[in-house]
Amino acid sequence: MSLASLSDARLVSRCREGDQEAWTELVERFSRYVYAITTQSFGLRQVDAEDIFQEVFARTYEHLDRLRNDDAIRPWIGQLTRRLSIDRLRAGAREEVGVDDLEIPTVDETLARLDEALSVHESLAVLPEHCQEILDRFFCRDESYETIGEALSIASGTIASRISRCLAKLRDVWEGRSEGAEPSSGR
Amino acid sequence: MGDNEMSTYDEQRLAELLRALPPAPAGWVKAAQELPSARAELDELVERAVADAEYRTTVLADLEAALREAGHEPDPARVAALRARLA
Repeated sequence: MSLASLSDARLVSRCREGDQEAWTELVERFSRYVYAITTQSFGLRQVDAEDIFQEVFARTYEHLDRLRNDDAIRPWIGQLTRRLSIDRLRAGAREEVGVDDLEIPTVDETLARLDEALSVHESLAVLPEHCQEILDRFFCRDESYETIGEALSIASGTIASRISRCLAKLRDVWEGRSEGAEPSSGR
Repeated sequence: MGDNEMSTYDEQRLAELLRALPPAPAGWVKAAQELPSARAELDELVERAVADAEYRTTVLADLEAALREAGHEPDPARVAALRARLA
């Protein structure tokens, strides 16, 4: 079984046992989520977002032994990222304009959207590899048909139809998942 | 709404959600993935800080300076690793 197909709980357990490859996969699995929370939900500058990004994973690593529920790693990381981002915004406001009581914008809606986005992204893992690649390149990495065609050695004229077919497969997986399993650990 | 319209809507929504999670910068991801080895490099510094409360206070007051003094590059990953270990 590949690490990418492990549940969150199993992956955390492997990390706790000191499995370096499992840690690599854990960072890979949650890196986009943490990055999106810092930059999209809270609009942190890149330099601040990078600090928070590293802080989140450093604390996660130190905290592995103390997690009460391995399945809860995802909400735990989400909450930690949110809390550290708010702290950074407040510290910045104090330093730059002397404001102690910065009003933090409500970001619940954005966070809910990112949670859903992460679940969709997890659903990609069960698609054939060529579908994962083309959907990730086109939608997540915003690559052009030309760039994708060159990278994957396929005619750019066929890319739109491939994307459409893969998106339909993803919809089938997503619909099946939404009807049954819980979204956070069903990989 | 017919089935085709519903499918189109669903796929549009999925596309939007895929777009919501672009990859984090590769260097950030790599640094976080290498955390276990970066963390091990800090053992000596952390042991000293745990044994010496005054030194610990000095380190926590300026993590970057402490890393530099101990011969480590004070990049965001190491600073975060040191802070997390001393928390």
